Amino acid sequence: MVAAARLEETAPIWAVLAEVADPEIPVISVVELGIVRSVEPDRVVITPTYTGCPATRVIERDVRAALDAAGYRHVRIETALSPAWTTDWISAEGRRKLHAYGIAPPATQAVRCPQCGSADTEEISRFGSTPCKALWRCRACREPFDLFKCH
Amino acid sequence: MASTPPIDLPSHATGAGAFDTPALDEGSALFEYLLRLGDDSLILGQRLGEWCGHAPSVEVDLSLANMALDLIGQATHFLDHAGKVEGKGRDGDALAFHRDVLDYRNCLLVEQPNGDFARTMARQFLFSTWQKLLFRHLLGSTDELIAGVAEKAVKEVTYHQELASEWVIRLGDGTDESRRRIGDGLAWNWRFVPELFEMDDLAAAMAGRGIGADLAAFRADYDARIGAVLAEATLEPPADQRPILGGRRGHHSEHLGHILCTLQFLPRTYPDAKW
Repeated sequence: MVAAARLEETAPIWAVLAEVADPEIPVISVVELGIVRSVEPDRVVITPTYTGCPATRVIERDVRAALDAAGYRHVRIETALSPAWTTDWISAEGRRKLHAYGIAPPATQAVRCPQCGSADTEEISRFGSTPCKALWRCRACREPFDLFKCH
Repeated sequence: MASTPPIDLPSHATGAGAFDTPALDEGSALFEYLLRLGDDSLILGQRLGEWCGHAPSVEVDLSLANMALDLIGQATHFLDHAGKVEGKGRDGDALAFHRDVLDYRNCLLVEQPNGDFARTMARQFLFSTWQKLLFRHLLGSTDELIAGVAEKAVKEVTYHQELASEWVIRLGDGTDESRRRIGDGLAWNWRFVPELFEMDDLAAAMAGRGIGADLAAFRADYDARIGAVLAEATLEPPADQRPILGGRRGHHSEHLGHILCTLQFLPRTYPDAKW
């Protein structure tokens, strides 16, 4: 009973958060990115992806604006550093969207080119356009692409 | 196996009760300790930021800027927390922008000038190898914020250490000129390594309370890692030099003041400036 009532209260908040896009990669939401750690009737806990990620503040602001606009002004936002975010928390749907957007999702095995799908790829630079990405190149189609770093 | 940086400190170097090592209550000691952690990251982040737009290639430029960002992120967490512990209403920005040289607690290594790319990489190699081991030990800190930042940052610093190590190897085992330059870079920075392992009264007290790290606990590991990379780079370790200490107590080289001029100019000149 309690769980059901609680779910009834938190599900609409999850729905609001599912519409908040990541500012750096606007095709995926903060929920798909896995940075929303918990939702309670009066608080939302988010965790930063990287210690120095400049998007962290923008995300907090965007979440605040979305909650306010949906009538959840009383829901506060808390930031938790631990447990530390990992790319394992990116949802399957989030991975699919990253790939479709041209960013190879974090991979522990073969990195596939998001343009042509070839696994014949190589690292150009371990650091890319944002802290979460590395710069890769496809040997098959010669296109460079971003790889979401396994972290 | 290569020998490793000299870290036997003169016993008079950390005298207690001197004007620059006052007895501290528990809150002040934690504040000071957080400044050490935060200032290391802040000053090295600022130094790396100087490379922005000047690195040998765009990929390297991005690497250095990304490392700077990670370090400034660490600094923000540590200094914000320091401000809360202090309880005088200062936040991370206030501590970063409104302290002067004597109040900074970073180690001397991080304030050393960039020099050429090789010297910058030598500094990064010596620092990131240390910082990774430090953060690993701080995972068990009884201070929740310190443990949390360490947990997050240890993965990022692993990248810093790997990148710097790879460059030391590539430059050392490269051309005559790259080899000469990385050798010079290591020789320049070598004398600042002992300070990384300095266990003064404050460091010992913080380790004793379970908040800080016992630096001696990973000295052998550090020496082994540095030695292994130098061996792969076919480089001889630089000759031992007299260790230079003092950063942890506010005794800095002339370089820090110049860094702060750039770092602090805008918020001091336009106090109400908003991003």
